[in-house]
Amino acid sequence: MERIVEFMAMGGYGTYVWPAFGVVLAVMALLWFASMRGWRKSELDLRALRESRRQEEIAKE
Amino acid sequence: MKPLISIIARDLRLAVRQGGATLLALVFFVLTVTLFPLGVGPEPAILARIAPGVLWVAALLAAMLSLDRLFQSDFEDGSLEQLVLSGLPVGGVVLAKIIAHWMTTGFPLLLAAPFLAVLLNMNGEGFTALMLTMLIGTPALSLIGAIGAALTLTVRRGGVLLSLLVLPLYIPVLIFGVSAIDAAVHGLNAKPHLLLLAALTVACLPLCPWAAAAAVKLSLD
Amino acid sequence: MSMHYFANPTHFTRLAGRIQQWAGGLAAGLLIAGLYLALVVAPADYQQGETVRIMFVHVPSAWMALFCYSFLAVASAVALIWKHPLADMAAKASAPIGAGFTFLALVTGSLWGKPMWGTWWVWDARLTSVLILFFLYLGYMALWQAIEDSQKAAKAAAVLALVGAVNVPIIKFSVDWWNTLHQPASVLRMDGPAIHPSMLWPLLVMALAFKAYFVTLLLARMRMELNLRRIRALRLADRTS
Repeated sequence: MERIVEFMAMGGYGTYVWPAFGVVLAVMALLWFASMRGWRKSELDLRALRESRRQEEIAKE
Repeated sequence: MKPLISIIARDLRLAVRQGGATLLALVFFVLTVTLFPLGVGPEPAILARIAPGVLWVAALLAAMLSLDRLFQSDFEDGSLEQLVLSGLPVGGVVLAKIIAHWMTTGFPLLLAAPFLAVLLNMNGEGFTALMLTMLIGTPALSLIGAIGAALTLTVRRGGVLLSLLVLPLYIPVLIFGVSAIDAAVHGLNAKPHLLLLAALTVACLPLCPWAAAAAVKLSLD
Repeated sequence: MSMHYFANPTHFTRLAGRIQQWAGGLAAGLLIAGLYLALVVAPADYQQGETVRIMFVHVPSAWMALFCYSFLAVASAVALIWKHPLADMAAKASAPIGAGFTFLALVTGSLWGKPMWGTWWVWDARLTSVLILFFLYLGYMALWQAIEDSQKAAKAAAVLALVGAVNVPIIKFSVDWWNTLHQPASVLRMDGPAIHPSMLWPLLVMALAFKAYFVTLLLARMRMELNLRRIRALRLADRTS
């Protein structure tokens, strides 16, 4: 327990070290999820559009 | 050469006929500078200390605000397209328009600067340097700004975007301009600063019209 | 297999998917290892104490800020010269990642500066240049946003990226020049003492983690861009038929 407290304190600089690592991880995670979600959504949209196009072709025939 | 001079003459004639635009940039310049004593207080020592920076920042903003005039109206009424299609080198056309722009904004700013320097209580040693930096530096403002103006031609209400694109590119002009005046004010040699500023303007002279021409062409496609 | 094979968008999608997965896993693994090394293994500096740990995220962020801009500029040059659509997409995809790292370099630099310099911000040459780089990224992304026609936007953005790339060294030089005139107020330089090997490892692992992260996101964003263009093309075909 004491070691954890000591680790978190970072020699008295915990208020600077932890926010620095926190903001880095937060921004990287945010950018990661935004990019992945955008990519997945585009993939689904494209697939749906192609599927509907195929249905139309079949309906025409 | 002759068609380019006629482009400059035409732009100057238009500017004189409209009149307002040139005057507006000048009034903006004077007004911005006037705000500083009101903002930071009238102590002559402080004003003298910040005078070179204030004058240059205000000149930067005034030049930037007048940039939309550079191509926009010609783009809208189709005369820019005609000029580009006329077979003249596009870079040359752009350079001619830049020169006209400088004559209607940079040059008036240059003339107004010493009077504003008096208002700001600038040290007498700095006046020659101020005029020299303005003379060498304001053409660079028109040159660099032309790229931003050309890139934002097709953007509706591109004013804010234009400032975001152009102001970071203006920073070297600001730094070398102000440092030359500061050096002169403190009785130091202003020559290295002036030479750097001159090098910047000379480097801009061929590169900026070229890049701006590429941007003009792609917005006309 | 020549370069043309990969330059083909369909082949690109297939290959990119595979690389993206590998790079993503690598990024996660390296990041965890790097965090462990940086926070636990690396010793505290005798002068800067535990604050030196901020360096392990600050310096790689600053490296990435510059790296992404160089990447963006090279991709833009390729796009303008060879007119390859993938180069456009690569340039567009790298901008938000670069802007993110530039922002991180600024924030972590500020968090490091407070205990070291006693203020959140000093107009130090390096911080100032990074701030200007951040504005360049913002302008680049804003230009992409502002022009509706995506082909025109691509060309305009490429011209801007190259103009910016030519300017970056000039801006850097002018800011250094300005900084030597106004003596910096800092007592301790950011680079501090020479780097001890025990600090080099966490730094390298972190830098590699950031690179792998960049590759992962770049590919994901490029594939998204490619999909969006295909969707747009399909919709356009609808309207014309």
